[in-house]
Amino acid sequence: MHGRWAARLAPYWLALPGWLWLVLFFVIPTLVMLSISTQTGDIVNGFTQTFHWQNYVDGWNQFSTQFIRSIMYGLIATVLCLAISFPVAYWIAFYGGKNKSSLLFLILLPFFVSFVIRTQSWNFILSDNGMVLTPLKSWGLVPQDFHILATDVAVIGGLTYNFLPFMVLPIYVALERIDPALLEASADLYGSKVTALRRIVLPLSLPGVFAGVLLTFVPASADYVNSTILGGTNTTMIGNVIQTEFFTNLDYPTAAALSFILMAGLLIGVFAYARALGTDDALDMAGA
Amino acid sequence: MSHNPVPDPVAALPADVLRGLTSPRLSRRDALRLGGVSGLALALAACGVSGGAQAGPTGSAAVDAAAAFWAKQTPTKLMNFANWPLYIDVSATNKSNHPSIDLFTKQTGIKVTYSEVIQANDSFFGQIQPQLAADQSIGYDLMVITNGIYLDKLRQLNYLQALDQSKMTNFNQNASPLVKSPSYDRGNQFTMAWQSGMTGIGYNPKLTGRPITSWQDLQDPAFKGKIGMFADNQDLPNSAICAIGVNPESSTQADWQNAANWLLKQRDAGLVRKYYAQDYIAPLSAGDLWISMAWSGDIFQANASGASLEFVIPKEGAPIWTDNMCIPKTAVNPVAAMTYMDFVYQPQIAAMLAESINYVTPVPAAVTYITADAANATGADKASLQALVTSPLIFPPASETALLHHYRVLTTAEEPVWNKLFEPIYQA
Repeated sequence: MHGRWAARLAPYWLALPGWLWLVLFFVIPTLVMLSISTQTGDIVNGFTQTFHWQNYVDGWNQFSTQFIRSIMYGLIATVLCLAISFPVAYWIAFYGGKNKSSLLFLILLPFFVSFVIRTQSWNFILSDNGMVLTPLKSWGLVPQDFHILATDVAVIGGLTYNFLPFMVLPIYVALERIDPALLEASADLYGSKVTALRRIVLPLSLPGVFAGVLLTFVPASADYVNSTILGGTNTTMIGNVIQTEFFTNLDYPTAAALSFILMAGLLIGVFAYARALGTDDALDMAGA
Repeated sequence: MSHNPVPDPVAALPADVLRGLTSPRLSRRDALRLGGVSGLALALAACGVSGGAQAGPTGSAAVDAAAAFWAKQTPTKLMNFANWPLYIDVSATNKSNHPSIDLFTKQTGIKVTYSEVIQANDSFFGQIQPQLAADQSIGYDLMVITNGIYLDKLRQLNYLQALDQSKMTNFNQNASPLVKSPSYDRGNQFTMAWQSGMTGIGYNPKLTGRPITSWQDLQDPAFKGKIGMFADNQDLPNSAICAIGVNPESSTQADWQNAANWLLKQRDAGLVRKYYAQDYIAPLSAGDLWISMAWSGDIFQANASGASLEFVIPKEGAPIWTDNMCIPKTAVNPVAAMTYMDFVYQPQIAAMLAESINYVTPVPAAVTYITADAANATGADKASLQALVTSPLIFPPASETALLHHYRVLTTAEEPVWNKLFEPIYQA
């Protein structure tokens, strides 16, 4: 009797460190930030809890442009990542042969370099008089005052580039698990290659796509490094605003309120997406 | 993982959190448990961010308190100095060796631990604030903070030790009028300048095609998309206030509104390429920018490494900022720190520092020593020292210092007004 109880409780004991970790470093800070988000005051006179929910309204009114822009940038970057990653992952999974590991390693290779340095190097390459634009300008392909840096294109491009592996890897894992026998069976039944792709490969890749979209969209929307380094006027993302409010203005309540608005927006988006995609696997992944 | 049907994906979140602990359906007990969580939230809500100023003495009581503090201090033989990177002299043979500090140790017997730990005022403030609030030592006896928001905060929170006015002989004798009794610290109660710099306009004369003289040049449509501005709530607003012809130090809220409009006009006409945090020098050197707000020392250093940029203090006037030595109230070796602060105001020491730092020295008399060093030096050293002596960026002539204004000092009530006006401009 005693032994059976112990066996039944064992998983919980084993999961305990994980739970403690989550509570200590996620749940408690989140609740503290939630509390701060409705406080009023300033750093000199101290902040007091006044349940000032107006912080949320003010935050949204002042920075709705940056919120919407961040979500749009995140969405576009995610779609671009998906468009680039799917064929790459497909090719590696089905045609990579014994070089699969090396090919995956090649995808990851640039990411051994620091995030900031990688992004900064785009600055160098895409500079108005840099190695890409100078020849294009001298051949007359683009006007003299054409520039990429300090535009939406640069920021979205940077986001796409920086989050690409988070899309490639989950899709690759999903595709890799597909049993080749299924494709052979499809061919045996006179299914065309397109039909096989549509009826077998795509549905079976959905869990990977789902995970990839989440891993790309959520951090891309909240990113502030790409906008700082590659952006210009009218490319500020909400992450930049939160950083300024928190570290420069020391306005902790506004920063906290903005963070929760962002979190709520992303959660609603993610769950709406999970519902739309509607697979059991997808929901499991969202829960897990 | 087994999957339980959930009616609504959003509602699945708390159920998922509780999965494994309870049945997936939300029973009454779970509702109570969730109630407990919000009870915890309420408990947390009760504890705000601690902080808030402890009331300090004011007026003559402050002077008495400072005198009483210094009277009971005993000199120590150690000092911890927190400074910014590349902001002190280095010996030619060993980069971690600082001749001026060695000289100080030789003369006073005080050993200095020199740390280049300050990367930015905001992050450094964030790092030391909890200890100062708890009345604990921050590990440094002397630190260098730029005038502006964070220096004001340190003072408003009573985190700084008032200086020993009887130990400022060299300062009183040699300090430039620019750093004596500045608007942000009348009577130098808490600070003595380390170095200063100007915020003006840096430009590439080949690309602009004409000399730049005025802030209004930043509104020139000919430079559309090639103009850099600063992304901060000190230099950007204070420069804009200068641009509309007002001295920032005595500016009113109506002036701020006019300055904000001036900036908005520039931004909405598409003239500004980007609002830069501090990375404007590379694009300015590369030609991505033709003209930009700039710090004097940056332009001097960029030219020293091969660029051919010009720096101008616009005719309407420009902000001067000062990095200030100050003593945290929890300093362990305040007497040593005080001794050092006055030590660097000897002209020969100030010259040693100025020769390496390339910003505006607070001791104009240092020029005689640098001139003498230039006369004795040879080759490249000689040329660079001579450039230093004649540079208006290091020793601004009187005609230019008259144009320099300190930042507006903001009260805690004015700060949100200021931020709401200017932040949306550069955080667009």
